[in-house]
Amino acid sequence: MKAKINTAGLMSILTKWGIVITILFLLALFGVLMPNTFLTVSNMTTILRSISIVTVIAIGVTISLAVNGFDLSVGSTATFSASLIMTMFIWYELSTIPSLIITLIVILSVAVINSLLIVKFKVPDTLATLASMFIFQGVAMTYSGGGSVSQNMIRLNGVATTGKVPALFLKFGQAPWIILIMLMIVIGVHIFLTYTKHGRYMYTVGGNIEAARLSGIAVDKYRTLAYFMSTTFAAMGGILIAARVGSAQINAGSGYLMPAVAAAYIGFSFGGLGKANAIGTLAGALLIGILENGLVMLSVPYYSLDIVKGLVLAVALGSTYFRKK
Amino acid sequence: MLEMRNISIEFPGVKALSNVDFGIQRGKIHALIGANGAGKSTLMKVLSGVNSHYTGQIFIDGRQVHIRTPKLAKKEGIEIVYQEVDTALIPYLSVGENIMLNSIVNNMNRKHFIKWTEIYNKAKEVLNKINVNLDVKTTVKELSLAQKQMVLICRAVVEECKFLLLDEPTAPLSNRETIELFRIVRDLSKNHNVGFVFISHRVNELFEICESITIMKDGAVVTNKKIDDRLTQQQVVELMLGRKFEELYPKSKVDIGEVLLDVQGLSDKEKLIKKVHMNVRKGEIVGVTGLVGAGKTELCKTLFGAIKQVEGEIKIAGKIIKIKDPSSAVKQGLALVPEERSKEGILVEESIYSNLSASSLSKYTNKFGFVDRVAEKHKALELIKELGIKTPSEYQKLKLLSGGNQQKVAVGKWLVSEAEIYIFDEPTKGVDVGAKQDIFKLITRLAQMGKGIIYASCEFSEILGITDRIYVMYDGCVVKELETANTNEEELLYYSTGGS
Repeated sequence: MKAKINTAGLMSILTKWGIVITILFLLALFGVLMPNTFLTVSNMTTILRSISIVTVIAIGVTISLAVNGFDLSVGSTATFSASLIMTMFIWYELSTIPSLIITLIVILSVAVINSLLIVKFKVPDTLATLASMFIFQGVAMTYSGGGSVSQNMIRLNGVATTGKVPALFLKFGQAPWIILIMLMIVIGVHIFLTYTKHGRYMYTVGGNIEAARLSGIAVDKYRTLAYFMSTTFAAMGGILIAARVGSAQINAGSGYLMPAVAAAYIGFSFGGLGKANAIGTLAGALLIGILENGLVMLSVPYYSLDIVKGLVLAVALGSTYFRKK
Repeated sequence: MLEMRNISIEFPGVKALSNVDFGIQRGKIHALIGANGAGKSTLMKVLSGVNSHYTGQIFIDGRQVHIRTPKLAKKEGIEIVYQEVDTALIPYLSVGENIMLNSIVNNMNRKHFIKWTEIYNKAKEVLNKINVNLDVKTTVKELSLAQKQMVLICRAVVEECKFLLLDEPTAPLSNRETIELFRIVRDLSKNHNVGFVFISHRVNELFEICESITIMKDGAVVTNKKIDDRLTQQQVVELMLGRKFEELYPKSKVDIGEVLLDVQGLSDKEKLIKKVHMNVRKGEIVGVTGLVGAGKTELCKTLFGAIKQVEGEIKIAGKIIKIKDPSSAVKQGLALVPEERSKEGILVEESIYSNLSASSLSKYTNKFGFVDRVAEKHKALELIKELGIKTPSEYQKLKLLSGGNQQKVAVGKWLVSEAEIYIFDEPTKGVDVGAKQDIFKLITRLAQMGKGIIYASCEFSEILGITDRIYVMYDGCVVKELETANTNEEELLYYSTGGS
């Protein structure tokens, strides 16, 4: 009898804190395998830096998941915002602050289209954002003239550009700044979702939209807000991509979509919450990041990493959805 | 003859059944009653193979059987129709396919092509057998709840069932539909030798249709009795609650004040309600009754802004107001406890405290939008005590509470928001007698506080018991206004069925 209760208790600890335990286990494992190189300050910084962009975009996904939606357009949004901010510098020779402001305002057109489709036209979230994913992938490409945006580029009409990317802006892409930005966003969103009434309303909407509506919650308003927030964070992710690389490459953001979705879903089980949450998303991204870093250092070929990432996602989802009868 | 001996079952932390003995005979209708959480459904789930980890023995005609999966239960001829009919039906398939679902799934063996004519013919045959007129080719999503139930009963009958378990089959049915269901149940038990277990909270119904009764309380059987002249409904209720049963409807004198809500010519877009006039005064409990489908729910939802109003005028305390959605209704001091509790009233995956504050979170929020969680939980504990919600803590998820306790939470969340007008839509649906009494007490107390109350229900006895004034609806219109003191069930039925 006693043993039974203990196993049950252990199971519940495992399902609640599985991600954290896995992270600690991986740290220990790689630490033992590579005693001199893995657990160093510089390598830890590398890991944090490598996950920061994914995490910021994943936070956007997290907020859309909190209202039981799903924002597939975050990758395209990141691409578009990277292009936008780079053209502000290189084509229009604006300084950092006005460039950021204009980019963030223009990028909200994605949120407008998403929420219009979802809230007004009642298109299912996944399909609506699938459409806007394609739209803005194309918009970003068309806007930048089908190529990348970098310093000293020649525009399609043959005009040479002289704009420079400000040094201040490039700082955003460096450690420790990029890591601090990520942490601030995670903590801010965590506080928003957990401690403010707006966050609580979002979870309520996500839990049972009809009950939320009949409780007097302005359901449409909160769904719209969620999509505006997810677009904003995706855009910030795009800006960090640009700052990191110093240019805007073709489809730079689309590669981040799936890892971001994975991080957000892995985070569901964090602390036994069973719903999208900011800290869990960070933990999810961290788990993937550590694994990737460790395996690369162990000379596992980069093209095999996806197998491991996929497996981690499968195990995480399995433990989230698996219910012992 | 089916016998269960010494059945016990345990879920993490709770002993749901302890040493239960239970038996039914073929060709007889046996009642099973108990308060919410007494273990009725758990026991039925043992019989139907869903709860497989029970201890104890089950015998059919003296032969021991091991029912550990739904498939084995079916093999022994045990079928169950759950209260939530939609969970067992596939909405976009036809009536015929739904009736024949089990045989399509299990009896195809190595065949791969479906013989449609055979399926439809067999389904028709079964429908004829129990005298139900339904087109086998309509899709199930177009059916009413009562018809869906028929489909499930047909499915059971196709399988040559010996024992049929009905879990609160009458809860969502109107009077006429209930009569039809009774006809079918009687017919199957007499002419086809089916043994029935009939679960219901309506004691009078059980007395009408059943021959014997088992009363359960707290996971154990209190008693088995024959239903005859020596047994009264009062006794059953007392055995079930384990205490003396006080007057169900709390009597109290309330001073009725001036008009609080005044509705003139209200219509909705779909014309489900047409030009409704009504008013509610302070401290008054106003009943809205009518048969299922008369437009009571639609009226409640239109008042609350959940269905779009296209015509009419709503005045609160003499002032014309516009209600464009539920959130503006709440701002105007309205509160709605909706009919479909688990779909519309509560968040099953959330804790009690966050359910209780769902409609009034602003009260605990400072000017920066931060929630004072200590105050929130404090209030939750207060309400849990006040409403008598049975729970280990305020963190309990709603899905783990019984129906009656869930309903208390659904009502409780509006107590915090301090509304002026409370709309209750079938608040006692699927709620046991004990919890019902608590809810009535609560409603009476709200009236004493000078709130205006709209109580919509198709249970005439409740309407007569609790209200001061009654509006009877028929086909979307208010056809009659009655003083509760001067009317009776016959009159309500007369106007509800379109008499004038």
